[in-house]
Amino acid sequence: MSKSCCSSTKQRMILACSGGSNVGQATNQAAVELTREGFGKMYCLVGIGAGLQGFVQSARAVEEMVVLDGCPVGCAKAILDREGITPGRYVVATALGIEKVKDPQLVVREEDVRRIKEAACEGAGTASPASTDAASAPCGCSGKA
Amino acid sequence: MEIKVLGPGCPKCHEAEKIVREALAESGVSANVAKVSDFQEMAALGVFATPAVVIDGQVKVSGKVPAKKDVLAWIGK
Repeated sequence: MSKSCCSSTKQRMILACSGGSNVGQATNQAAVELTREGFGKMYCLVGIGAGLQGFVQSARAVEEMVVLDGCPVGCAKAILDREGITPGRYVVATALGIEKVKDPQLVVREEDVRRIKEAACEGAGTASPASTDAASAPCGCSGKA
Repeated sequence: MEIKVLGPGCPKCHEAEKIVREALAESGVSANVAKVSDFQEMAALGVFATPAVVIDGQVKVSGKVPAKKDVLAWIGK
C-alpha cells in the first residue's frame, strides 16, 4: 500500500498464480510489471490461500480484482472460489496461446508477459479465457514487456 | 476491546479514527484505540488498502472510511 496516502483512486487488486512453471512465472512477472505501471497493485494470493483473515477480507472488499492463472489448473481461481470471491477479470496464460513447457530454468519470455498484460488490461470477463481482441478500450498501461 | 485504525496519516485515516472514537463515545463501549502507521504492521495484518479498521485482530474494513453505523455494529451496538 502507499506509504504517503490512503487510497484515493479505484482499488484494483492483481493476483497471480506465480506457479512453478514458465507460464506461472510469466503471470508473476506480468503482475509485477502491471503494478509498476500503475494498472493496479499485486497482492498476496498465498495469504488468501492460507486463509489469513486480513488477506481474505481485503480480497472480498476490493473494488476490482484481476486474476492471472498460468494454466487451466486454475489454482488462483480455485483459491478465490473457495472463499466465494469472483474476480472481475480472469486471464489464463495458456488460453492466450502461450505454451506451458517443461523447463527447470523457468525461463519467462517477454512476449508471453506482454500478452498476459494486454489480456489483463483488455478485460477478459469472469471465469473465461482472455480474448486478444485489440478493439477493447485502452486501459492506460504501457503494455511494455 | 482493541481497535486499530490503520493509515499513513492523511485526511481519510484521520476521518476513520474520528468516526471510530465517535461511535465508542455514543455507545459507551470501552476500547483501546491505536493509530497504526507502521507499514510492516499493516502488511502483516493483510490490509490491502488504507484506511483500515481492525477490531480484536479482525480486519473489519479496508480501503475506505467506515460508516459510523457499521462501526457501531462491529462493537456490538
